[in-house]
Amino acid sequence: MAKSIDVSDLNIYYGDFLAVEGVNMTVKSRSVTAFIGPSGCGKSTMLRSLNRMHEVIPGARVEGKVVVDGQSLYDPSVDPVAVRRQIGMVFQRPNPFPTMSIYENVLAGNRLNAKKLKKSQADQIVERSLQSANLWDEVKRRLGKPGMGLSGGQQQRLCIARAIAVEPEVLLMDEPCSALDPISTSAIEDLIHELKSDYTIVIVTHNMQQAARASDDTAFFNLKRAGGSGHLVEFNPTRKMFSTPDEASTEAYISGRFG
Amino acid sequence: MTAGTMNISHPRLPQWAPALVGVMALAVAGLPALLAGWSPVTWLIAGTTVFLVAMPSWSRVVEGRRAAVDRLVTALIWTAFAVAVSPLVWLLYVVVRSGLPAVNADFLSYSMLNVIGDEQGGIFHALIGTLLITLAAALISVPIGILTGVYLVEYGKQSRTARIITFLVDVMTGIPSIVAGLFALALLVLLFGTAFRAGIGGSIALSLLMIPTVVRSSEEMMRLVPDDLREASYALGVPKWRTITRVVLPTSLAGIVTGVVLAISRVIGETAPLLVVAGATDGVNTNLFDGRMTTLPVFIFSQYASSTPVGYQRAWGGALVLIALVMVLNLVARIIGRVFAPAKAH
Repeated sequence: MAKSIDVSDLNIYYGDFLAVEGVNMTVKSRSVTAFIGPSGCGKSTMLRSLNRMHEVIPGARVEGKVVVDGQSLYDPSVDPVAVRRQIGMVFQRPNPFPTMSIYENVLAGNRLNAKKLKKSQADQIVERSLQSANLWDEVKRRLGKPGMGLSGGQQQRLCIARAIAVEPEVLLMDEPCSALDPISTSAIEDLIHELKSDYTIVIVTHNMQQAARASDDTAFFNLKRAGGSGHLVEFNPTRKMFSTPDEASTEAYISGRFG
Repeated sequence: MTAGTMNISHPRLPQWAPALVGVMALAVAGLPALLAGWSPVTWLIAGTTVFLVAMPSWSRVVEGRRAAVDRLVTALIWTAFAVAVSPLVWLLYVVVRSGLPAVNADFLSYSMLNVIGDEQGGIFHALIGTLLITLAAALISVPIGILTGVYLVEYGKQSRTARIITFLVDVMTGIPSIVAGLFALALLVLLFGTAFRAGIGGSIALSLLMIPTVVRSSEEMMRLVPDDLREASYALGVPKWRTITRVVLPTSLAGIVTGVVLAISRVIGETAPLLVVAGATDGVNTNLFDGRMTTLPVFIFSQYASSTPVGYQRAWGGALVLIALVMVLNLVARIIGRVFAPAKAH
């Protein structure tokens, strides 16, 4: 498990608009990589292009290469559905399936793909995933209740459990804590720390402290000019990024002197 | 500006004020109504007018301008509501009053076969005809309608094809039902010869009328499913068709079922197309594909057309049963909607 991701000369478009330009980076396996930068600079777009979720939006397309485990994701022979089974995603807003119970939500990835599971296997997957997501103790007595009945922070951890139940190689997180209180945020950060030993994790965040606390490497994105396309300014180990960054604009952004 | 005391309390009329004014308005209007011998309807209209003047005026004096406007608009809205509901209540009252004496066990379980003159007849054949023809119409139009909705929402998006389909569906909504009937007749005649009549022809005609409603309602309902859920499903590596069948459709099922039942309620009372294509018969016919079939509306029409007191009686009875059928359908739809509705947070 856990693969590294090599991105080279990646351009991402929405129709004719070049949203992100010329990105080169290597996301290390079994580590946490944080994407930071101002709103609209293309962090989420960049993240979504790593598991081909970008093209779900009509008119969106990508140029360049994303290579995972020696395979180019945008090769014509690659099936986007297969990519997404290997590279899971957690979204900004918790989105459990409203028609399903907690139990069914965790198994959604397996069940929706019509995988035949024995009851014991299914129980095992549910317990293991919820344990990993630090949610098991809170919900083990009400697995049959609807997932929408949980609090926001619990719903988000349920979504993480759902994402890791299919055992992906890589886990992408798009501002997973932006709608959560500090306690839930801290629970999810602990979770990210634990998951790091098994998964390659990429996280988009607006929270500098979170990037500093949770990540090993940090990528800073910025806009070239207002309304222009975003680009990667600096990609370095987090410790260096937050003490002696290479670029002046990185330091300005991190220390809050931006703009 | 100096900081004065905050002025937030105003004189208010007591809670029972509207009731008092209402009773008094009716009494005031009652006097000329008694003297001039107005009908109850005129009396009610006069009373409402008095209320619409008196209530805001009293409020204006005691409570001030804004409260008076509020009272006036509230009264107007209640009046509009009453005006909208009264024909419905009236209609139900008339149908129940005229139809109830006709409805009994024999009426529901006998057909009109060999019934002459004033003998006890029944609507069993028409009931069977209505249920079979409407069921077949639903079987034809529900899959077509929902799949069209799926195409429009999930695949077509804003493409040219999708826009053309939407336009055609809108046009279809406006097809007069008799035209649908003639079309179905022409289709059957083309396929099976000029003398052919069968219940399935009625189903085809009704499905033409149902499809646009089903398409529209299922499209609206599926559009309400948040994209978040689709993305969550895609991100789990679920193919698009499974996302549609396992996430989008279940989430919007309650609304779709309601739309289907409304479409059925709309066509179950159609008369003209069935008269043309399914014809009329006095006996029970359970074969949709052979021979004429009577439906309730056609039964009502033919009994009314007989112009006899017994005929009128049977027509009213049939109307009552038809309305009851539609009501039961609506109740079933509500129950289904509640059962399938996505679970809410506590």
